[in-house]
Amino acid sequence: MTQDAALSCQPRFLPAGESALVVEYGQTIDPAIHDCVLALDAALAAARPEGLIETVPTYRSLMLHFDPRILAPDDLIAHVQGLALRKQATGASKRWRIPVCYELPHAEDLAELAGLLKLSEERIVALHAGAVYRVYMYGFVPGFTFLGGLAPELNVSRRLSPRPPAPEGALLIAGGQALIASFSMPTGWYDLGRTPVKAFDPRRDPAFLCGIGDEVVFEPIALSTFDALSAEAEAGGRVAQVVG
Amino acid sequence: MWSAEMAGALRVTAAGPGATVQDGGRHLYLRYGVTPAGPMDWVAFRTANLAAGNDAEAAALEISVGGLDLLCEEAPLAVAICGGAFLWRREGREVPSPCCLVLQPGEHLTVRAGAYGAWCYLAVAGGFATPPEMGSRATHTRSGIGGLEGRMLRAGDLLPIGAALAPSIETYIEARIEAPWLAQPSPLERPLRVVPGPQDDYFSDAGLATFFEAEFELTPMADRMAYRLDGPLVAHSRGFNIVSDGIALGAIQIAGDGRPLVLMADRQPTGGYPKIGHIARADIGRIAQMRPGARCRFARVGVAEARAALLALEDEIVMTRAFLRPLQAELSSERLLAANLVDGFIDALA
Repeated sequence: MTQDAALSCQPRFLPAGESALVVEYGQTIDPAIHDCVLALDAALAAARPEGLIETVPTYRSLMLHFDPRILAPDDLIAHVQGLALRKQATGASKRWRIPVCYELPHAEDLAELAGLLKLSEERIVALHAGAVYRVYMYGFVPGFTFLGGLAPELNVSRRLSPRPPAPEGALLIAGGQALIASFSMPTGWYDLGRTPVKAFDPRRDPAFLCGIGDEVVFEPIALSTFDALSAEAEAGGRVAQVVG
Repeated sequence: MWSAEMAGALRVTAAGPGATVQDGGRHLYLRYGVTPAGPMDWVAFRTANLAAGNDAEAAALEISVGGLDLLCEEAPLAVAICGGAFLWRREGREVPSPCCLVLQPGEHLTVRAGAYGAWCYLAVAGGFATPPEMGSRATHTRSGIGGLEGRMLRAGDLLPIGAALAPSIETYIEARIEAPWLAQPSPLERPLRVVPGPQDDYFSDAGLATFFEAEFELTPMADRMAYRLDGPLVAHSRGFNIVSDGIALGAIQIAGDGRPLVLMADRQPTGGYPKIGHIARADIGRIAQMRPGARCRFARVGVAEARAALLALEDEIVMTRAFLRPLQAELSSERLLAANLVDGFIDALA
């Protein structure tokens, strides 16, 4: 698709109470649907109706939080319907190269995954590190970065019950999705590696590494490199590189 | 002579679990996974702030049934207390709630769970001046952000206080807050209003009928993040896994167990279970004040009705200062006339 091409987006307007509105473009994880979400987000940032407080992009919808005293829901819908949505220029997003250690003690669930997926650990790492991911949304806690683009061979169901906390920086997969954990948290997902990069660092400006719509690639690193980069990140270094 | 520079401080001398600093909530970072936090019962919170002469969304203390003991230090402090029916004592003597008080240095104020209610608020003239993070002083303990070091209050904490808007402590009076909107009809007698959507189409007709006709009981799994209800199973029509979308305050998720989970102040900004509806903002305070074991019902309303109810309630709350009734009849008329904060009181008696 050429840059700034007009998008054909079919929204559904769904209420989330009287103070929020969901503009839904589909019900699946699909780059074309997410393009519509990002295009509406950008259009509203450029033409912000008074009373719109903030917007939350997700895989398939944009949630609009607004002050219903200033902005009536019907007027907000009419405003959205009047916006022309254009695909965001590729220059608007970055590609991040994020170092990941896929070795023990960090790749806590890699052996378990190999058994579940009937793939070698080396193959799993090659598939995970070989893909280009899109940042679809954040969620759950600050900086939890949800990625799409996981190789279909790595599609594994969520655990029936959560495993003990995966550490900060854990690379998790489940349900055909990948994510970068910014906090140590019990999880129903599988931990196959760890990055020294802090997806959220309140000392940094901006505190959040990736913009929604950015691309991410992973670079395998040795345990010794992980330790060195970890020290750098603890000292405030960004560690991740912008490669495009 | 009292001045803003002499603003005192409040010392926490004992703390049960669940007391935090909250302001109107953290905005503009939901898209990065940052929880909004803010008060559980925004109605009581705003009433306390307005009674204390603050902006409605200034930082105040939110206190749970765990209780809190406070000591006024350095200079007199004008405070307002509000929310539920908690038991407040100054120097061991019971004070009415909700009310405005002027604490003197060395005076102790304590609060304990009372006849009903899960959350109460203490606002101080000038607001609490803990350092803002991402534009807000609201505490989110799970991510360690905001308030005092991102955590619940504990014994020994010294809470800094901002400069009050009023020129003198003499401006403040001790008064009851006789606000009719603080009356709490039971969520059984007057059902909690719910706007269906965005995923009400994930439920069967029987599931929707169950939700809007049955009684539900609040389980002990109730905290600042979510209130889990128990009751008859609310049946889905096409599974319960959805691709994550946004979550607004009062969203009612129904996961695989068929039981409602109401997402409250510390909700995550996005999630992956179908939401049958949202509690109308005007009724958020009423569900927030439920304790485990309390029962409720839900009533279907449209967006327009929920919006009208919210605007009407907000219109009442902004009049808070017109509902102050002095505690001490012996207050001189000169002092009343000098007190900006009781203009409304004088009007109300006219």
